[in-house]
Amino acid sequence: MVATQEYKVIGTRPIRHDGLDKVTGRAIYGADVKLPDMLYGFVLRSPHAHARIRSIDTSAAEAMPGVVAVMTANDMPEAADELVDLGEGAINFSHASDHIMAMSKAKFKGHPVAAVAATSTNVAREAVAAIKVDWEVLKSAVTVDEALAPDAPVILDGWVGDDLGEKSTKPNVGSHFRHEFGDIEKGFADSTTIIEHRYDLAMVHQGYIEPHNGTAIWDQEDRVRLWTSTQGAFTVRTQLAGILQLDESRIKVTPTEIGGGFGGKIPIYVEPLAAILSKKSGGKPVRILMDRPEVFEATGPTPGGWVSVRLGVKDRKIIAGDADIRFDAGGFPGSPVGAAAMCVFSCYDIENTRIDGWDIIVNKPKTAAYRAPGSTHVAYAIECIIDEICEELDLDPIQFRLDNASKEGTRRGDGPIFPRIGNIETLEAARDSAHWNAPLDKNPGNGNVRGRGIANGYWFNVGLKSSVNLSVNTDGTVMLIEGSTDIGGTRASIAMQAAEVLGIRAEDIIPTVVDTDSVGYTDVTGGSRTTYATGFAAYKAAQNLIDELTARAATIWDIPEDEVVFEDGKFSSKSDPELSMTFKEIAGKLNETGGPVSSTGAVDLENAGGGFAVHICDLEIDPETGKTDVIRYTAVQDVGKAIHPSYVEGQMQGGAVQGIGWALNEEYFMSDDGQMVNSSYLDYRMPTSLDLPEIETVIVEVPNPIHPFGVRGVGEPPIVPPVAAIANAINDALGIRLREAPMNPGRILEALKEKNG
Amino acid sequence: MARVFIPFALRKMTGGATDVQIAGATLREVIDNLEEMFPGIKERLVQDDRIKVGMEAVVGEQPTREGLRAKVAEDAEVHFIPHIAGG
Amino acid sequence: MVDKVHVKTTINGQEYEFLVEPYMSLLETLRDVLNLTGTKEGCNDGNCGACTVEMNGRIVDSCCVLGAEVNGGTINTIEGMATAEGLHPLQQAFLEEAALQCGICTPGFLISAKSLLEREPDADEHRIRYWLAGNLCRCTGYDKIIKAVQKTQATA
Ligand code: FES
Ligand code: FES
Repeated sequence: MVATQEYKVIGTRPIRHDGLDKVTGRAIYGADVKLPDMLYGFVLRSPHAHARIRSIDTSAAEAMPGVVAVMTANDMPEAADELVDLGEGAINFSHASDHIMAMSKAKFKGHPVAAVAATSTNVAREAVAAIKVDWEVLKSAVTVDEALAPDAPVILDGWVGDDLGEKSTKPNVGSHFRHEFGDIEKGFADSTTIIEHRYDLAMVHQGYIEPHNGTAIWDQEDRVRLWTSTQGAFTVRTQLAGILQLDESRIKVTPTEIGGGFGGKIPIYVEPLAAILSKKSGGKPVRILMDRPEVFEATGPTPGGWVSVRLGVKDRKIIAGDADIRFDAGGFPGSPVGAAAMCVFSCYDIENTRIDGWDIIVNKPKTAAYRAPGSTHVAYAIECIIDEICEELDLDPIQFRLDNASKEGTRRGDGPIFPRIGNIETLEAARDSAHWNAPLDKNPGNGNVRGRGIANGYWFNVGLKSSVNLSVNTDGTVMLIEGSTDIGGTRASIAMQAAEVLGIRAEDIIPTVVDTDSVGYTDVTGGSRTTYATGFAAYKAAQNLIDELTARAATIWDIPEDEVVFEDGKFSSKSDPELSMTFKEIAGKLNETGGPVSSTGAVDLENAGGGFAVHICDLEIDPETGKTDVIRYTAVQDVGKAIHPSYVEGQMQGGAVQGIGWALNEEYFMSDDGQMVNSSYLDYRMPTSLDLPEIETVIVEVPNPIHPFGVRGVGEPPIVPPVAAIANAINDALGIRLREAPMNPGRILEALKEKNG
Repeated sequence: MARVFIPFALRKMTGGATDVQIAGATLREVIDNLEEMFPGIKERLVQDDRIKVGMEAVVGEQPTREGLRAKVAEDAEVHFIPHIAGG
Repeated sequence: MVDKVHVKTTINGQEYEFLVEPYMSLLETLRDVLNLTGTKEGCNDGNCGACTVEMNGRIVDSCCVLGAEVNGGTINTIEGMATAEGLHPLQQAFLEEAALQCGICTPGFLISAKSLLEREPDADEHRIRYWLAGNLCRCTGYDKIIKAVQKTQATA
């Protein structure tokens, strides 16, 4: 299904505006920031997963030549112990402060305990090594089951979580909530087929190539300037204000180019430390760059944990669904288990449902968002169980999904009903795809076996706040000022929406991402919201610009404003066909007819209505080694409307590949005492170009009724189905259900051994 | 009348009722009327004159962006769900 | 403190002369001493390829080479890829094929791909994927990067 509206700019593939700087090495990323008289910071981190700080002795570090400032948690301002809205999520500043630098106890390996600013990174590293900490090592708990056990250690002192509206009696429960609709007991009693299984996943990292960074100046007037690569400069400002106890207006955040985020660059880590070290250095700029092990050990991955799902079926209809979702939140509460609960049954129309969500505190880094956070986990469970039902009842996996698909009016597992969604259209496009209809030779003759799998996935795509300013240049081009950092071509996708309204080329818009002093509030580049919401703000600003220019045309022609129409890129008079000006022509006349014209557009949008992604995977397994190769892969997705199809395809491909890595290789491999033992790219082993085939894409366009161009949001749904699609393909190849990810060669060999006796 | 869905954790306060019919033209009125029916429930939903941080109110099909001022249509559904974020 | 090492080298066709600490990697030297920040750091241990440069005609991970080692040598970095005449065809193809999202991996991929095409202009898809396997990209899934290299081959 394809959107019918005809556009001039939207749907084309112009070269992105920031591309040139990024292929020539000129673009300035976080680590490229260099200021006069700059100092270099480095952080001392806990070597233990759980340990009390008896004392810290920084005197040797302070005495080292080249060391300018040393800080510990004693230098952190006291922050409020309450939940504050952060647009994308909420934050407790007292937890955030304790997370940024441990007050009395390290809650995960890598938890910061002190930091140094010096004249070189090397001196800072040596000084950090000279700081002595007297540790009392405590027993740690690194899995949800360990943290819920009766003898579990108390990780967050004083914390009492909410357990279904009551105070939890277990110390490490961040929260436990439930959604329940219909009559779950009756649903299962009426079912003729019931399948239930538990699926376990390891913690994984977003894996962005650019490590976290921050360069800060805290001057003598208590003004803080910060340069950092972040998904949201304003969100950084709010977090810094809360942690440093300053008014937001005293903080200016300049977002640099950003080398990937995927949700992981919404929280801050080293930024407040750089600011405090700057203050202690008398206002000298301080830059802190993380190294790769620090990124793995001390920034927010996505949780591990488990998802248990029970489905009841009668007459080919799923009539009951029960899910228990337990995520490890890390050392502080706040995993994406809420989103997981929203997503678990979202692809299906099930009358009787119950969903339990548990957020569990463990001795691992505090989790952060990672692309459709929580939805991949639950898709692994439910999409595999759906396949098991199809196997048991001998049903076609796509037809069964279609027969039970959620659609407009279906009640989601967390309660609200769906507006217009494209689930059915996406499943149909997968069913009709070249890939699904191509035969697969399951025994290629080289001793290997092949299998095909399919899975569906849902993500809701947020809306939130965005601001855009436009101003007209006399040569007919338009400056576009925005607050959304550009992680994957959004300067282009936002400019294209303004260009479409103004009737000019995408290249005639000059987009710039600016600091928090220079544009209205804008939420993070995350939640698949940027092309949708900031694009909407650009659309509004462009409409406002047309209104201004319409008035100007009336002035120029000396006719009433309502006589002027703007159509097809031209201003013209309704009554006098002689009077007509293109956008470029009127831009050229601005100076002598009243001066510059500019406009703004600001929005606070509802969610983008949800996107579905269906993935098809063919893989080949070597039963001797257990090695799995993905040999063909197709990603089908409802995107609402593809503004710049190349970058839409890129999101679908990139998300799919992250999911493939998650399915087959990636995990936080933890030792018993809570150490991540594979904190390098070598051992963590993300997919390389050689591990992958071409990722085919099928774009489905079911326009989002609440966006002027029908955009839904694209970035997140493609990471949802891959883990399940691969598990289903492995089952197709080997007749083995792997219920623990990653499904690496070791697990495959073990399962084969068990099967073959 | 709006159809107000009670979060599972608060169903003890409604005698187990999953959803109730409540009058009110705005979310504020709906919550005030809900409080009248089930005393004590308001403070579980509202703090400092806004929906509690960490929670979202869905009016109709979407989390409202207008908070307690949100207009509630005659037959709308109202839900209170955990605030959810993306990546 | 140990004494600094005196280094003379040619970078992107220009003579450079500088002092560098003996422990400093070529990556640090380029970025911090010479201000050539187009070469990126992703891991600092030879596993991501973001720091790829050409050294004496071969591609290396500059984080795994010492700055002092390049004395008398020749280095080519991303900053030298485009000329006054315009972009290198690979740079143009990367733009046209949307082969970058965040762009942090792009300098490394361009240097690696250039080296491949100079050696094996007719490399097939598997060979391209093999050659670029030392460069990690977390955004694109590699598809459009491979296509951009193939497009460059087709238009050469
Ligand atoms: S920074 Fe050199 S290989 Fe990663
Ligand atoms: S484009 Fe972001 S890592 Fe390659």
